[in-house]
Amino acid sequence: MNSFWTGWISFIVLGSIFGCAWLLWATRKSQRFHTETEETMGHTFDGIEEYDNPMPKWWLWLFLLTIVFGLVYLALYPGLGSYKGYFGWTSTGQWEDEVAAAKAKYDPIYAELAATPIEELVQNDDALIMGKRLFLNNCAVCHGSAAHGAFGFPNLTDNDWLYGGSPDKIKETITNGRNAAMPAWESIVGVEGVKDLAHYVRSLSGQQNIDANKAEAGAALFQANCVACHGADGKGNHALGAPNLTDGIWLYGGTQQAVEMTLKAGRNGVMPSFKQTLGDERIHLVAAYVYSLSKEEKQ
Amino acid sequence: MQHEVVEKNLGLMIPLILIVISFGVLVEIVPLFFTKEVTEPVEGLEPLNALELEGRDIYIREGCTVCHTQMIRPFRAETERYGHYSVAGESVYEHPFLWGSKRTGPDLARVGGRYSDAWHRAHLYNPRDVVPESNMPAFPWLFTSKVDPSATAAKMEALRSVGVPYTDEDIAGAAEMVDGKYEIEAVVAYLQQLGTVISSNR
Repeated sequence: MNSFWTGWISFIVLGSIFGCAWLLWATRKSQRFHTETEETMGHTFDGIEEYDNPMPKWWLWLFLLTIVFGLVYLALYPGLGSYKGYFGWTSTGQWEDEVAAAKAKYDPIYAELAATPIEELVQNDDALIMGKRLFLNNCAVCHGSAAHGAFGFPNLTDNDWLYGGSPDKIKETITNGRNAAMPAWESIVGVEGVKDLAHYVRSLSGQQNIDANKAEAGAALFQANCVACHGADGKGNHALGAPNLTDGIWLYGGTQQAVEMTLKAGRNGVMPSFKQTLGDERIHLVAAYVYSLSKEEKQ
Repeated sequence: MQHEVVEKNLGLMIPLILIVISFGVLVEIVPLFFTKEVTEPVEGLEPLNALELEGRDIYIREGCTVCHTQMIRPFRAETERYGHYSVAGESVYEHPFLWGSKRTGPDLARVGGRYSDAWHRAHLYNPRDVVPESNMPAFPWLFTSKVDPSATAAKMEALRSVGVPYTDEDIAGAAEMVDGKYEIEAVVAYLQQLGTVISSNR
């Protein structure tokens, strides 16, 4: 802010304050009357008249106090253009102080926890509580507050992993995010092909109501088109994020209709990267929490 | 001058009142018109493209600002949750700004990239499908109604006249960009760019 605007603001602000002080002094009546009088203002409305008495003293002093408070405030805090005030206070400065204080307090804790391998962290209840809080604030929106997932968002407690469930893989997923790439197949295998494939895929997890002929036709299509990602036995591939189709766990539903929809339109689930939002140390804690969820299942 | 003169003379009282109440505007608002931090865009800020602009208008139409702010204040509690505090230079192309004043839902100033497109679609179709405890209304009609491409170019012209640097190519391609798009696509495009210009969190 340049000196013109500093002068502009200072002139109007201080002018207003001193103007108020002058108005208060010029219109005061306490000098004229020391006590209440019977004198009226001289006007009558429907027979109602008004006494012409001075303002109560306490009220006058409150006005004066307000003026003094205003001047002291403007001396201590920024309020007159580029003048920063005696304390040099700014809202971003206060924020930086808060952040610095929090860093001094929490950074050693995070550093110690981040240096501990996740396999050990899952034994540390404090670390898991911190991880859980971070999970609830950042991850629960998609994966649910109990981490049970939702349609299109994986359940993290069932020990079934798209990209691998080792501590390193979990960290990698949270840090960099994931982009699933299931293409749409209808233009390649045709409408009937989609139906045949769905029958075959459902048969892999032992579902009922399978049309054997369609499943057989589907098996051939599967070998021709799907094995590159899902594997010849349909057990999936963590490196590509291709789900295991034989375990009865479905991200987008396992009914005939739902599987047909997945084949027809493709699926491109996205896990966002949390590197910016959380930073490496917190990701370590969240990963430990997520790892502990499926650990419980294993035991 | 006696009170009576002013009180019984409207032609005098009105200008005097205007002078008194203009002091606040003159001191608190007018200098900002000439302050660089407020009038210049932050580095990398681009005007919304046609689809995002239509999404923004739907955001306004559905009253999202009633429950969601777009203003992260410089408090640690807020920057921990939402990211870097909002700065004035991020809003210079906003007409009108959508800072809001009341948070029933979370702040959205930096929601861009936080969640996947699929999440936004599921959430706007029925918020309780993904967040069971949510009290946000559902917006299923966004999935069946399409964006009206006929007014997009005119909106961009209007914004250009108040200082948003749209190029002639932007405006010429506007209708084509939004033609046939569902409203949900426009809203998600708008949400996914919010606050992404300043990405460093701490």
